[in-house]
Amino acid sequence: MSEIKKFMYVNRKAPYGTVYALESLEVVLIGAAFDQDVSLAFLDDGVFQIMKGQDTQGVGMKNFSPTYSALGDYDVTKLYVERESLEERGLTLDDLLPLKYEDEDDDWAEKDSIKLVSREELAGLMEDQDVLLNF
Amino acid sequence: MATLHTVNKSPFEKNSLASCLSHLQSGYAVLLFEDGVYGALRGTTIATRVEDAVKSGRVYVLGEDFKARGLDEGKMIEGINVVDYAGFVDLATECDRVQSWL
Repeated sequence: MSEIKKFMYVNRKAPYGTVYALESLEVVLIGAAFDQDVSLAFLDDGVFQIMKGQDTQGVGMKNFSPTYSALGDYDVTKLYVERESLEERGLTLDDLLPLKYEDEDDDWAEKDSIKLVSREELAGLMEDQDVLLNF
Repeated sequence: MATLHTVNKSPFEKNSLASCLSHLQSGYAVLLFEDGVYGALRGTTIATRVEDAVKSGRVYVLGEDFKARGLDEGKMIEGINVVDYAGFVDLATECDRVQSWL
C-alpha cells in the first residue's frame, strides 16, 4: 500500500444519456480515499460532463454536475480537458464549470483544476500513467 | 405522408443523426432528444448538415433534455423549435409514422 501509483480516469461519454459519467464520478470519489496520484481526462463527448448551467429538473434525474466542484477537497486537482474535443463541439473553456482547488503547498491559493491540453499532450499524459480507467 | 424522425444519440459518438439526415423525405420532422440534443448546437462538426435540414423541413429539440445538459437557446442553431414532452406526443400523433434512429 505504500507505493503511490498514477491513476487516470478517462471520461468519453456525455452525461445523463448513459450512466457512465455518474459511475466514473462515483469511482473517482471512492478511489480518492486511497491516497494515489489521481487525474481525470475529459475528451470526446466527455467534455459535456462538465458543462456549466446543467438543469435536470425537467427530466427527473439528479444533476450531479455540482459534485465536480468538490473534487478539489478530495485532492483530485488535475482535470485535463482536450482542446480538439471542445472545438469539434463548438465549445470553449467559458462553457465549462469554473472548477478550483486550494493549493496547500502555496498558502492555500485558489487555482484552476481544469488544464486545457492538446490531443498530443493528452496522449503523452496517458503514456505516463500506471493505471488507466475508461468510462 | 409525413414521418417524424427521432434521434436520441450524440452525433459525435454515433452516426444515427447523420444517417437520419441522409434519409429525409419531404414533409419530414426531426426531433432531437436525450443525447441527440447535442446535434442542435451551433458551430459543431455536424452543424451545417443540421442547418440544411432546418431550411427544408422542421427540426425540433426536447427542451427538458437540452436544459439538463447545460445548453441554452443562445447556443442552438437558428430555426430549431423547442418542444416539451407534450409537444413530443403531439408531433408523434400528427405524423403518419415515427422512425426512431437509435
